[in-house]
Amino acid sequence: MIVDNAPTVLSVKNLTATINDTPILKGLNLEIKAGEIHAIMGRNGSGKSTFSKILAGHPSYEVTGGEVIFEGQNLLELEAEERARSGVFLAFQYPVEIPGVSNLDFLRASYNARRKHQGLEEVDPFDFEDIVRDRLKVVQMDESFLDRSVNQGFSGGEKKRNEILQMALLEPTLAVLDETDSGLDIDALRIVAEGVNQLATENNAMLVITHYQRLLDYIVPDYVHVMYDGKIVMTGDKELALELEAKGYDWVDELQPVGV
Amino acid sequence: MVADLSVNAQDSADLLVANSTPGARSPQPSKAAQRATYYADLLATVTAAATPTDWAAIEQVRSQAQAVAQEMALPSTRDEDWRFTDLSPMLATTFLAPQPVTIAPAAIAAFEIPEATVRVVVVNGQFVSELSNLEELPDGVTIGPLTVVDDREQLAAHLGQQGGQDAFSVLNTAGLSDGVVIKLERRVQVAKPIHLLYVTTADQPTITQPRCLVLAKAGDSHCTLIEDYAAIGQGSYCTNSVMEVVLGNCATLHHVRLQREGNQAIHIGKTAICQDWNSHYTLTTISDGAAIARHSIDIAQMGPGTETILNGLAIATGEQLTDTHSSLVLNHPHGTADQLHKCIADDRGHTVFNGRVFVGHDAQQTNAAQLNRNLLLSPKARADTKPQLEIIADDVKCSHGSTVSQLEDSEVFYCRSRGLDLATARALLLDGFAGEILERLPIASLRSTLANRISQQISR
Repeated sequence: MIVDNAPTVLSVKNLTATINDTPILKGLNLEIKAGEIHAIMGRNGSGKSTFSKILAGHPSYEVTGGEVIFEGQNLLELEAEERARSGVFLAFQYPVEIPGVSNLDFLRASYNARRKHQGLEEVDPFDFEDIVRDRLKVVQMDESFLDRSVNQGFSGGEKKRNEILQMALLEPTLAVLDETDSGLDIDALRIVAEGVNQLATENNAMLVITHYQRLLDYIVPDYVHVMYDGKIVMTGDKELALELEAKGYDWVDELQPVGV
Repeated sequence: MVADLSVNAQDSADLLVANSTPGARSPQPSKAAQRATYYADLLATVTAAATPTDWAAIEQVRSQAQAVAQEMALPSTRDEDWRFTDLSPMLATTFLAPQPVTIAPAAIAAFEIPEATVRVVVVNGQFVSELSNLEELPDGVTIGPLTVVDDREQLAAHLGQQGGQDAFSVLNTAGLSDGVVIKLERRVQVAKPIHLLYVTTADQPTITQPRCLVLAKAGDSHCTLIEDYAAIGQGSYCTNSVMEVVLGNCATLHHVRLQREGNQAIHIGKTAICQDWNSHYTLTTISDGAAIARHSIDIAQMGPGTETILNGLAIATGEQLTDTHSSLVLNHPHGTADQLHKCIADDRGHTVFNGRVFVGHDAQQTNAAQLNRNLLLSPKARADTKPQLEIIADDVKCSHGSTVSQLEDSEVFYCRSRGLDLATARALLLDGFAGEILERLPIASLRSTLANRISQQISR
């Protein structure tokens, strides 16, 4: 929702970045205020996923220029874990499997790291089980998932639900969902989207990165941005997503100035 | 072949000694000669320490082994089976027969396993009844010296008959005067685990040779056994153990083997298992002690429908070397085998895995899987791995493989993106790597004790 006079959660100015000296982001600008849901659409290779990983602090990318301010602090100065504890959350496109580490232990370690940062007391295993049980309802997950190794042997849908469960526990100020719809059947997509909607408040913001319009039927964005060659080249409301779906990405190509 | 070469080596060693005159510049004895002499000295030590028994069966087994040992030498890295495990550091130490000692119960308190109320404690090779607890032994279970086996022919049939005739097994048998027998009658279900604890005081450079024979009669017996090697002191010593298990048909044994020897120890261990039809054997080994550790596992499935599960975790930090050689022979239909062996090497640690699975002509419908995973945590760490699968039967499902990796960057980043710092992320991933084996331990207290021990051992 767009809220008048809402504080700015994320401000990205003229961001440029490379991986292995190859430029990926070429001057990206974006401003997100509390309460808003933003969607970034674009072709494969346009830099969408790179942008999400840079926000999360992935060490493989090098930021070469510009700034990223999150709630008034320079996000680029923080390590990945400090960003997470401060309230930036990335739901992975391909959640990583960690054999031998129980989901419950992983969630608790993560939850307590965030609480410690907030100056709150860490939660013991017994209390944590009550908290996590309650949050499981958000994504309609069975308790048996807690005893399994993190993401190991999970189906595509289960992995994405597990990401949203982590988000439900960590209550981030900025949640970045990187192609959360990829690999989901329609039922799983609905469960995941409903989970995300339950978590959206006027105090947090969401950045939904997707290829396809279908996710945006469920998570309705306030703004839709189109990314092209490392930059945001168009911004509109949810109608823009529909237009893109109808006309295809070639339409965006044609609108780009020749020779730039 | 190897034995013949060793004889020659021994002869040439004698010649060298005979020819050398005081003051003359004599050439150093060859390495092969050194190894033969060293082994002969060890043999003399253990033979002298063996006390005579009035059991002809034991005497016969022992004298046969002594005859075979005459032709052996300390293995070298030229022997295929010892290619990666160099025993040269042993040559610097003359190991002695251990002396009986008295130790206080408090000294072994740290090794106690609360779930295991039945405990057999052997200190420096001597059974110590004051430290053991056999009071809660259920009916149908006998634990005692070798002579508890009534049938002397049966004893001779089982002792030293399995798992090949390698230099260390033979040395153990050559010094045999007694050992521990654990005997299960038909249909005996032992609810609580049995703890067999071998402690060395490590105040003298001794060689102790633990020997254990487990006999589970045919029929639905079930038991969990913890074979445990530990030390009180930190000095140098040598353990050369042999454990033989004979599982009758339909018997089930979960065998846990903990090698947590002192950090100056040489640990050589043999586990030889003979499984009758439809028996179930699970071995879970955790090996993180000793300077040089070698564990050989020899398993033979002797009938159809037999199941073997091998779980292993071996850790080498500092300058440690830990070597696991397993051989699993399936010669009957409908057998299953599942092996997962994991190694962690840090610092200049070195892990070795050599796993052979043989699926013979008659072993149709076999389902066998073998996987060795190695995690290297430092640039100087080393892992050698050789999974081997030999299949002759034509209707089987078999897989084998090995991996060597470092901690995955993607896993580390995933943890960090959830608020865990680098050290915590690494620790969590290591726990996870080790945890996959630890969680297969059937004893809860061991899972946490060993997880803590491993955490402390690996530099973070």
